[in-house]
Amino acid sequence: MRDFYGVRLPTRLMLGTAQYPSPAILAEAFRSSGACVATVSLRRESGGGQAFWEIVKQLGVRLLPNTAGCHTAREAVTTAQMAREVFETNWIKLEVIGHADTLQPDPFGLLEAAETLAGMGFEVFPYTTEDQVLAARLVEAGCRVLMPWGAPIGSGMGLNNRHGLRTLRAAFPDVAMVIDAGLGLPSHAAQALEMGFDAVLLNSAVSQARDPVTMARAFACAVEAGALAAGAGPMPVRDMAVPSTPVLGKAWL
Amino acid sequence: MRVEVNGEARDLDARTLGEALELLGYGEARVATAVNGAFVPAAARCDRQLAPGDRIEVLAPMQGG
Repeated sequence: MRDFYGVRLPTRLMLGTAQYPSPAILAEAFRSSGACVATVSLRRESGGGQAFWEIVKQLGVRLLPNTAGCHTAREAVTTAQMAREVFETNWIKLEVIGHADTLQPDPFGLLEAAETLAGMGFEVFPYTTEDQVLAARLVEAGCRVLMPWGAPIGSGMGLNNRHGLRTLRAAFPDVAMVIDAGLGLPSHAAQALEMGFDAVLLNSAVSQARDPVTMARAFACAVEAGALAAGAGPMPVRDMAVPSTPVLGKAWL
Repeated sequence: MRVEVNGEARDLDARTLGEALELLGYGEARVATAVNGAFVPAAARCDRQLAPGDRIEVLAPMQGG
């Protein structure tokens, strides 16, 4: 398994902390998922921040703060600096949003922010698309992890462009990649792992399920299955049927 | 002096960002701060002079995906 800025993660699941029915269900979903990384954010303090800090500390997992909601490189860089101080980590999930409806990244702002943050010693996890040219520029900028989307954030559609994602995976064999955004079902996560991605990051797929704790467990099983399958070397896909039962020795009837 | 704290106008008897945070009750809180869009590290808050109209952001840990 590829490492994440020198860190070997014990499981293939990263989980968001937003939109759970209650803090107790959030904590139980983390336990049930086996997630080893929690994404968190910064917002204006209105009373709940200190209590939430106590909750995330208790999760006992590594934190990955995001720059969600930032639309410019400048905003994202300032948010990252603030997140580094509050969460005491150089990891930053860099989001520079380019479009309000699709929440797709602004590739130009993303690259600019990634370059700046890498220069400031951050370990950047850029939320990106499957675009291979952008990926190359992010890697040149110092990114050792990429987080391509599966589908628009919160859509639950799964892997919208499997060909593009497969091409991206093959193009950067040494770069750890996490499918971030758009997954809705455990089968989507299993597909991502089967294709050789190193991990998936989920939030709505678990928090918006009718039973988040059970869904978290289902995703844990899916990523384990997907990772085992990737390691086991899937058979090649063929266009025509190939009989599996030996033809030789068939009776002449 | 009149400043803006998280988008709201406030009259604070504070010369520095550090004093302003004390007055606002964030002295011991786990928060990060910015003034006029620029990050101010915790260690620099007491040296960061405020001027009327400054925009102060006080951010705290929050749920995120």
